[in-house]
Amino acid sequence: MRGPVEISRRAMLEGAVGILVLPLSASAALATPESMAAAMEEALGKGTPMKAGRVRIELPELAENGNSVPLKLTVDSPMTPADHVKMLYVFSEKNPVSNVVRFHLGPRSGVARVQTSIRLAATQRITAVARMSDGSLWSGAADVIVTQAACLDET
Amino acid sequence: MPATRIVVPAKAKKGEIVEIKTIINHPQETGFRHDNVGRPIPRDIITRFTCTYAGEEVFRMDLFTGVAANPFVGFTTIATETGDLVFEWTDQHGAVTREQTRLTVT
Repeated sequence: MRGPVEISRRAMLEGAVGILVLPLSASAALATPESMAAAMEEALGKGTPMKAGRVRIELPELAENGNSVPLKLTVDSPMTPADHVKMLYVFSEKNPVSNVVRFHLGPRSGVARVQTSIRLAATQRITAVARMSDGSLWSGAADVIVTQAACLDET
Repeated sequence: MPATRIVVPAKAKKGEIVEIKTIINHPQETGFRHDNVGRPIPRDIITRFTCTYAGEEVFRMDLFTGVAANPFVGFTTIATETGDLVFEWTDQHGAVTREQTRLTVT
């Protein structure tokens, strides 16, 4: 009796492997730093120089699971009607979609501080850009090591 | 309607910075996954979240597939007057989930 049971187990396993392999072959391609640059240009426009600084991006250095990684952003800004952050953009160089999330802020925010949870498809650098009320762009970045990628992004 | 959770103080002093946290039960399905027989699972995401305070928008978030399932956000607003905080999540089909809480300002 034992033989046939094992064969059917094997057949089931093969079937399962087939199902597991199939989606991988049709998986979405990983984005590249170039596609991130294109997404940034589209979102931020050409011509405005981006300066490094004022934006602080907090991510764990090591994310065990890329499905949900806590992200905190802080911008050094007085957040007054005359001088405030208007937009905060988050870009990924390795996720299938380079735009991750955007926040619209204003003087009524009081401080420029937001948090959310994001997906990470691979070990990468995450870039945040703040657009100030005077039109200037400031950026900050953080590197994250992802041990288990967001399988939701199938990469 | 998806379940939501909102954490916001009931009272604040005028001029105080109020911390607001919200979460909505939603798969934020990326469209890059397949089901167990290999069929693609269509994208289904929340694309916009807004917070108005006494009728005026004070915060907005644009979401893409890179936001984790059960989208969570923490943000701030200055307590200006007693009024309703209205939270609206809009999905890619235009369906809106709405919640509101009262903030009493002293």
